[in-house]
Amino acid sequence: MEKHKKYWRENLKYLAILLAIWFLVSYVFGIILVEQLNTIRLGGFKLGFWFAQQGSIYVFVILIFVYVRLMNKLDKKYGYDT
Amino acid sequence: MTVQIWTYIIVVATFTLYIGIAIWARAGSTKEFYVAGGGVSPLANGLATAADWMSAASFLGMAGLISFNGYDGSVYLMGWTGGYVLLALLLAPYLRKFGKFTVPDFIGDRYYSNIARTVAVICALIVSFTYVAGQMRGVGLVFSRFLEVDINTGVFIGMIIVLFYAVLGGMKGITYTQVAQYCVLIFAFMVPAIFISIQMTGNPIPQLGMGGKVTGESVYLLDKLDGLSTDLGFAAYTNGSKSLIDIFFITAALMVGTAGLPHVIVRFFTVPKVKDARKSAGYALLFIAILYTTAPAISVFARTNLIDTVSEKEYSEMPAWFSKWETTGLITFDDKNSDGKIQYVADETINELTVDPDIMVLANPEIAKLPNWVIALVAAGGLAAALSTAAGLLLVISTSVSHDLIKKQLKPDISDKSELIAARLSAVVAVVIAGYFGINPPDFVAATVALAFGLAAASFFPAIILGIFDKRMNKEGAIAGMVVGILSMLFYMLKFKFQWFGGGTEAEWWFGISPEGFGTVAMLINFIFSIIISKFTPPPPAEVQEIVENIRIPSNAGDATH
Repeated sequence: MEKHKKYWRENLKYLAILLAIWFLVSYVFGIILVEQLNTIRLGGFKLGFWFAQQGSIYVFVILIFVYVRLMNKLDKKYGYDT
Repeated sequence: MTVQIWTYIIVVATFTLYIGIAIWARAGSTKEFYVAGGGVSPLANGLATAADWMSAASFLGMAGLISFNGYDGSVYLMGWTGGYVLLALLLAPYLRKFGKFTVPDFIGDRYYSNIARTVAVICALIVSFTYVAGQMRGVGLVFSRFLEVDINTGVFIGMIIVLFYAVLGGMKGITYTQVAQYCVLIFAFMVPAIFISIQMTGNPIPQLGMGGKVTGESVYLLDKLDGLSTDLGFAAYTNGSKSLIDIFFITAALMVGTAGLPHVIVRFFTVPKVKDARKSAGYALLFIAILYTTAPAISVFARTNLIDTVSEKEYSEMPAWFSKWETTGLITFDDKNSDGKIQYVADETINELTVDPDIMVLANPEIAKLPNWVIALVAAGGLAAALSTAAGLLLVISTSVSHDLIKKQLKPDISDKSELIAARLSAVVAVVIAGYFGINPPDFVAATVALAFGLAAASFFPAIILGIFDKRMNKEGAIAGMVVGILSMLFYMLKFKFQWFGGGTEAEWWFGISPEGFGTVAMLINFIFSIIISKFTPPPPAEVQEIVENIRIPSNAGDATH
């Protein structure tokens, strides 16, 4: 397979994984399962409410920086880092 | 010293700073005017993007909205931050590699069609004008409340300041003023939050204080607020009252709309390399997250403080801030049962107090009895937030006219110098129009801000995503998708916000989805139409498919060019 196609496929794999986590923390934990998670407590927070107003945002920030790291490595591997 | 004197000192100091930066960073070419010369560092771009994105709505409006809506307010928190993940992963790196000046540039070239370009220009203008009117109004509000000048004078002063540095500096001037404005606004937002968090919970970090125990009591703050809310007949703060499906769709519409806003996307054209574009998206969200995770804490503090201060208290013993806001009409009290006390409850027939959510951030330091300089700082922060966003939007408007319309369509042989003059002139016209809407706000402003997100979600987002990730996508598919997407969004807004086609009550919402959430549906319609129509029409020419291959590879991203 050509080099740039392999690169693109690996990139898409990273995107799929990272976006799955993005969906999980916001739409699943913060919205769909919020009532079930609210029965669990994190200090003074109900867990579902915490994900909706705090946790999801922290995870979003981490996701982008993980993506930056993964892509910098990938670029280097394929010699696209110039 | 009084609040007013403090406000004058801080506002004049910050404005002088912005103007100084604008003179130092004035633009000499179209490249500097449109993309700041393309040499902005990822960190500076992250700071500028954060200030660009966080408007008067984020700074002044959001915490108040959340404090009156509790859990339902989460749609803004997740929606306006989650969009950056989409932006960083799906848009920014590829658009940077593409290397042009504007979003319509990408749409026009990728879909080899000036019709597509023009549709994109129209969308960019509608989205940006709607937004900028709201910012000017925000500037006017802060001026009128804290400097006690007429609201129109406030708008006028704001216009002159923005005019000065946007017209002189273009993207270059705006970028470096936005860096300064971010510092001002985040300091102004955090100082009162930290003060109040210590006051109420003993914890200096508001994000933790929100989940802490009330000082001197053994009850958690959020549990106390849930109790207070239900006692007064409101929904429990941490539960909310919107339906699950509506929360889901509104969040998605705000996220996708955020990722499709042209004034945010264009910021990623200003960095030197593809990897800088990725990194600066990360910095941008980090700086935004500082405010966005603090806002819900402020909401909880403010709501609890408000109920504690007013509920069942004598009207005659209200503190000074109460009567000051009463004179602006943003707090109203109507003693229905003539007992001289304030009944603040959910039941409309008994409730005697209405508080406009927009005042919560501005009033919060006063409610918590913080020193005068803190109150003045918040006013300066609100101005920084409104001005930085207004400038970013004005630049999109002027670029759309001078670059996408004049240079690309009407007069392709225009010299760089004349194009720069055209860009400056269109910025002047845009400021004047924005100021006019700030002074005479059309009553549909609030409704159309939601429309702006829906429009961006329904038009730009699918066209850009498909342009990058679907090599087979052609102009027929993309144009049909954008047009059908926008029209379905407009139809739903007109039917259910303005009752144009008869009926239009909440009970008739499709699947229980509000007009604010419909952007998600319109976006899906756009995707479906684009994909189906592209299957039955010829594939894009070979050189366009080559562009797509090329933007997927990050190396050798040249400078942005015409």
